[in-house]
Amino acid sequence: MGMTMTQKILAAHAGLDFVEPGQLIEAKLDLVLGNDITSPVAINEFEKIGADSVFDKSRIALVLDHFTPNKDIKAAEQCRQVRQFASKYDIDNFFDVGRVGIEHALLPEQGIVVPGDCVIGADSHTCTYGALGAFSTGVGSTDMAAGMIAGKTWFKVPSAIRVTLTGKLPPYVSGKDVILHLIGEIGVDGALYQSLEFAGEGVRSLSMDDRLCIANMAIEAGAKNGIFPVDEVTLAYGENRFRREAVVYEADADAVYEREVVINLDTLRPTVAFPHLPENTRTIDEVGEVKIDQAVIGSCTNGRMEDLRMAASILKGRRVADGVRCIIIPGTQQIYLDAIREGLAETFILAGAIFSMPTCGPCLGGHMGVLGKGERAVSTTNRNFVGRMGHIESEIYLASPAVAAASAVTGCLTDPAKLN
Amino acid sequence: MNAHGFVHRYGDNVDTDVIIPARYLNTASHSELAAHCMEDIDKEFVNKVKSGDIIVAGKNFGCGSSREHAPIAIKASGISCVIAPTFARIFYRNSINIGLAILECPEAAAAIRDGDEVAVDFDTGVITDVTTGQTFQAQPFPPFIQNIIEKGGLLNSLNA
Repeated sequence: MGMTMTQKILAAHAGLDFVEPGQLIEAKLDLVLGNDITSPVAINEFEKIGADSVFDKSRIALVLDHFTPNKDIKAAEQCRQVRQFASKYDIDNFFDVGRVGIEHALLPEQGIVVPGDCVIGADSHTCTYGALGAFSTGVGSTDMAAGMIAGKTWFKVPSAIRVTLTGKLPPYVSGKDVILHLIGEIGVDGALYQSLEFAGEGVRSLSMDDRLCIANMAIEAGAKNGIFPVDEVTLAYGENRFRREAVVYEADADAVYEREVVINLDTLRPTVAFPHLPENTRTIDEVGEVKIDQAVIGSCTNGRMEDLRMAASILKGRRVADGVRCIIIPGTQQIYLDAIREGLAETFILAGAIFSMPTCGPCLGGHMGVLGKGERAVSTTNRNFVGRMGHIESEIYLASPAVAAASAVTGCLTDPAKLN
Repeated sequence: MNAHGFVHRYGDNVDTDVIIPARYLNTASHSELAAHCMEDIDKEFVNKVKSGDIIVAGKNFGCGSSREHAPIAIKASGISCVIAPTFARIFYRNSINIGLAILECPEAAAAIRDGDEVAVDFDTGVITDVTTGQTFQAQPFPPFIQNIIEKGGLLNSLNA
């Protein structure tokens, strides 16, 4: 019996030749991550047991991205606690305002995660790094604390679902539509406790930004992780970027999958998840007339350069509809700078959108675009749960940057291909 | 180790955003988190919950954000055990790690009604609906998990 990519990476980090689904292992960690919301809880645990050192100061990342720039005094105090901890233990990868980006856009961009890594992060979207061919999964703050101390943690080896991609994405269809379509097919617990292993010739046509977006939302199907094979696209992305040597793992030909889901990219349509679960998907052709009050383009799911370029290509020479607030947020400072240099920032502002510094802000109803009672947003973020972006009677429609930008222009959910 | 209390019942896919909305994540204080527990799904929860009470819910309980604040809020509000057919994996791990007892039991989760009086024996995994007299069998916790829960969490158990 062969192993999947995930199983191979876990075996290697546990010092074993072979692992099988259900097996409990202890694995070495290449990176332990936390943000300004989860790290304070981890630091309290760390200090409670009297720990006085971290396992490796170069393998911990502390990213102040959620409620920053500090949205209120309590958020400022939480950031202060993390800042003091980072200083005390001389953490190499500490990112504060001015250097900070949204963690899952930032760490790949900076080459801090590389193919073959085993990563835990106290943030559910840590599964993003599967796009690079790493095993990467979200945990809570206690696991983060234990990981920072010991540099290892226990895992139950997951069984796998193979997601076979065929064909090539048509215009205005992106990685976001792939993952929304998949969640619509299998449900928000369709991959519970399992790994989603993306494969097939369709992978080759997906850019790294598309893959990062797809892996990012694996958790929205309940998955432990999502993972992509390493190919020339991955290695080209990593050139002059990866800070450590990439280790490439390939699934065995006789690897065992519990099931297979096939997605033909050729026929995929722009897809929207209706309130209040990411599995409530409809194609753009089925949405009917849904009026919106706000469009958010950004987040760890869709705040990357290709996302901003797509939004700008739609907003160029057009205006955001009256009565709609369009909020565009780059994932990192580098993306922010590139967007300014390419003229995207000017396009956004001339269209009547706002273009802010990187932050998770509105995605989780933190700041920078909280929704009021009865308001509707089309958003490129990852969750449309009740109250996620604000009032419990507000509504979130998850979509791609192309759909969000087109909808900002018309004021209702819109197929970007039909914009005149 | 046992739990005994009255049931607060919820549906499928209860996410950690409704268990503890992100607008309250600017604190790690257990009592402050408990004061807003379940606020976006059941505003009355904090007024009606009593120490020892039990949450019974549908599948995929605790999905979404990895925030450990969610099981912390539930535990600090006095809940002694959560019973569901399945749990989201990060929530499951976090609950054990902070010492909140949770049991997977599809039969109990389907049958137990809101307001029922329920007793749980963690040594045997037997769940008893005292109101109806029905009993259900869940997988009992192995001793090391029981030890983590009794000590109040993973790091407390390592410390002791």
